Amino acid sequence: MSAQARPSQLFKNLNAKIASIPMILTALVVFVGGTFWTILYSFTDSKLLPRLRFVGLDQYERLWSAPRWLTSIENLLIYGILSLIFSLVIGFLLAALLDQKIRFEDTFRTIFLYPFALSFIVTGLVWQWILNPDFGVQKVVRSLGFDSFVFDPLYNSDIVIYGILIAGLWQGTGLIMCLMLAGLRGIDEDIWKAARVDGIPMWKTYLFIVIPMMRPVFITTLVIIASGIVKLYDLVVAQTGGGPGIASEVPAKYVYDFMFRAQNLGQGFAGSTMMLLSVAIVIIPWAYLEFGGKKRV
Amino acid sequence: MKFTKTLLAGSAAIALSTSAFATDLEVTHWWTSGGEAAAVGEFAKAFDATGNKWVDGAIAGSGGTARPIMISRITGGDPMGATQFNHGRQAEELVEAGLMKDLTAVAEAGKWKDVINEIGLLDSCTIDGKIYCAPVNIHSWQWLWLSNKAFADAGVAVPANWNELVAAAPKLREKGMVPLAVGGQPWQTTGVFNVLMSGLGGKDLYLKVYDAKDAEVAGGADVAKIFSALNDAREMSRGSNVQDWNQATNMVITGKAGGQIMGDWAQGEFQIAEQVAGTDYSCLPGLGVNELLSTNGDAFYFPKVDNAEISAAQDKLAEVLFAPTTQVAFNLKKGSLPIRKDVDLAAANDCMKKGLAILAKGGLVKSTDQLISPDTATQIDDLMTQFFSDESITPEDAQKRFAGIIKSAD
Amino acid sequence: MSDPTLSSAGAAATVGSPGLVSGPAGPRPRRRFSRRNIFLYGTLFVIAVYYLLPLYVMVVTSLKGMPEVRLGNIFSPPVEITFEPWVKAWSEACTGLNCDGLSRGFWNSVRITVPSVILSIAIASINGYALANWRFKGSETFFVILIFGAFIPYQVMLYPIVILLREIGLYGTLWGLVIVHSIFGMPILTLLFRNYFTSLPEELFKAARVDGAGFWGIYFRIMVPMSLPIFVVAMILQITGIWNDFLFGVVYTKPDIYPMTVQLNNIVNSVQGVKEYNVNMAATILTGLVPLVVYFVSGKLFVRGIAAGAVKG
Repeated sequence: MSAQARPSQLFKNLNAKIASIPMILTALVVFVGGTFWTILYSFTDSKLLPRLRFVGLDQYERLWSAPRWLTSIENLLIYGILSLIFSLVIGFLLAALLDQKIRFEDTFRTIFLYPFALSFIVTGLVWQWILNPDFGVQKVVRSLGFDSFVFDPLYNSDIVIYGILIAGLWQGTGLIMCLMLAGLRGIDEDIWKAARVDGIPMWKTYLFIVIPMMRPVFITTLVIIASGIVKLYDLVVAQTGGGPGIASEVPAKYVYDFMFRAQNLGQGFAGSTMMLLSVAIVIIPWAYLEFGGKKRV
Repeated sequence: MKFTKTLLAGSAAIALSTSAFATDLEVTHWWTSGGEAAAVGEFAKAFDATGNKWVDGAIAGSGGTARPIMISRITGGDPMGATQFNHGRQAEELVEAGLMKDLTAVAEAGKWKDVINEIGLLDSCTIDGKIYCAPVNIHSWQWLWLSNKAFADAGVAVPANWNELVAAAPKLREKGMVPLAVGGQPWQTTGVFNVLMSGLGGKDLYLKVYDAKDAEVAGGADVAKIFSALNDAREMSRGSNVQDWNQATNMVITGKAGGQIMGDWAQGEFQIAEQVAGTDYSCLPGLGVNELLSTNGDAFYFPKVDNAEISAAQDKLAEVLFAPTTQVAFNLKKGSLPIRKDVDLAAANDCMKKGLAILAKGGLVKSTDQLISPDTATQIDDLMTQFFSDESITPEDAQKRFAGIIKSAD
Repeated sequence: MSDPTLSSAGAAATVGSPGLVSGPAGPRPRRRFSRRNIFLYGTLFVIAVYYLLPLYVMVVTSLKGMPEVRLGNIFSPPVEITFEPWVKAWSEACTGLNCDGLSRGFWNSVRITVPSVILSIAIASINGYALANWRFKGSETFFVILIFGAFIPYQVMLYPIVILLREIGLYGTLWGLVIVHSIFGMPILTLLFRNYFTSLPEELFKAARVDGAGFWGIYFRIMVPMSLPIFVVAMILQITGIWNDFLFGVVYTKPDIYPMTVQLNNIVNSVQGVKEYNVNMAATILTGLVPLVVYFVSGKLFVRGIAAGAVKG
């Protein structure tokens, strides 16, 4: 689609523009509109209902002096980085394993994918049980004779976030595998043949030929994982409720709790503005690299 | 284009199908457990008997789950006929925004002011001299539940007050029991603190902190004693490893824990486990020190609607909720105390009778739901739950932060 | 060509390669008991156990009576199998005064999920197609905004959407909810389709243009048939998301069209009273059954989609 001048710019690609109306409306009205609405009200002292009574930066001052918010940020960073790495690695490895012309591929794929069918609430509940020291893994291992065995991630402030990570990965990696598999299957068989003829080892073929070819899939996957991380809420609620104490709090939960439980919309909006800001900091440079400057044809 | 057409067709079809019958009244609430549902069934029965129809809209999970839904419905311009809230300050702003119906006329006709157990309950429904809600019950927090079996096993007498429990704690520990079961949810730890405050500190201290919001007192020597008792509670709760309050109650029932501080709703758990008050378990209102009960509880609010028939049905429902017969039937099933003082609960069990006796003596005090905003309450929740889980926080540190919250409280 | 179920059904005792001609495209395998195969299947087996363990716990628990659940070992099989929790979850558990279990909301969930999935995938695939093949001025800006939208926590948007739906008169209706699902599904799905369409060989598109096919012609005759795998992935995402959604369903509709998850929430989240874990688990499995069945069926489609996609090679 070269951008050479045509009689009328507006009617060029008319069908595409018409087809994009829902997208344009959603982007402008809901996402841009909603974001500005949120930012605007984060400067007010809105309680239960949004009210335009401005209080300057008060909400932000309170936010950044709240121990719970600071813990939330720290948790999100740990969870986010680990979840990103493990989801990608496990997802890709599973896909690569399934792509080895194995038998029972269907069965294995279904096994890895089924947790995704269950909601986070359920995932949290089940893992809460399994990790419970009184009747879960710890008890079973102890009953085998290892009396001093300790495995209670959900009741230990220092490692609780890893307990949540275990459940999160269990639920989400199947989908990542599915996406990766779709990507791998899009790779031409000839590439493999050529690599074999040239005597390139398998791991090298994956690392230097296949993965670079799967760039679009990786971007999709990255966005799905990252957006899931930012929005992490239900799983924490179901598994630990933010506990022990405030050790497993996350930003989305802070926002939700202050908006609806504490009925302090202003504080909740200040939290979500900070979340959106950090997302924008990541996305804008990416968008610039992806679309800015060069014209792709 | 096609898209919008479908939309229009869709909305037209739905507009037709929702032409409501005047006397159908949709009521939303979060009473979903067995006993609660049975209790709310009494309301529905009484309301249906007036020729109207109760359409049930139950949503489990108070606070976080149910309230945003209710508030959205009301602000979305498509409200339900009536909705439950905890009485207190949760619906304040909805009233101020003019979204709620004024019930003053119904209240005056029913002489609510004269028959109510505690006038403070009605105060919480009153804004600018008008009454906006119908309180239906009183739940109180100030109960210490004790397992008779646990103390028998440890070879000590069942404590008669808080201090005896603290003294007996080492004996319980020796037998591998948790002296005080406390669930992991933040509201439970706050509950423990507030009960210690009213039970050990007494009414004056409690009101100075939560009603007058006096930061000096909150940071002072009297409250320091409460924090030191809270430190004992933290010590005794070590090893609880449970989340939900009823799991903690279950530890008391099974004798794995000595006791639990929890509201009167815990009684339902003992009943279901077929435990008998006095022989299997004991209850100490006000920790056996200051016999004060707070007036937590539920109330119904009625969103303003244009439809005259619905409006009339709303009045009818408010009247029915407050009627003596409904009050008795409802509260017996709910395990809470009735809102009226002119009814007789002969069927109540021992613990409930203790509560009624305190009620008769006027030992009631406003609940924190009524005194502080949900915002402040959430901040206190965060502090308390952190205190319980993190031993590096000293009682002094916690008190300092508490005083700070009270200072900025509204 | 070769049906994977057939080969796996007969695989228990048979010898010889199943000959998956149109299947996976990885490097070549063979030799049955090689070290490589033992390692491969061993790894897959161990991972499968990890994935299956929670399901096992759920099923086992749902078949126990409450006294047995209280005893405590979550991994032990039921001493006495009872289906009562299942019956209770499906048709007896109470939501307030309505004691008809999950069955009450089942059809509502279907009524919500079907149009939402169709509409959201239709919109998103067209978006993705326009963004990949028919870029216009500013289209990429909107795309970036959409991606940004994927990161907005839903809860933050609750009230603005209430106001929006109120203003267009769809608050409390099924179509209002369908639109909300389409809006929130749009970012990820659009990204998915755009990237997939971009990866298709451009020659196809150009050839069709030369043949005189227009925007819709190319979409329906070339893009859709070539994109089965990605449609399946999109379906998996949407069916799961929408079927499991609780918040939107309950905030933007009325009790008579509440989805099944409202009952599930009521069963699982009853704050007061005893937690019936066995009923919780049964209810959970029942609620997850529809997405599970869809996965199972679409898993086959997925494989066939790849066979269809192989045309381009």
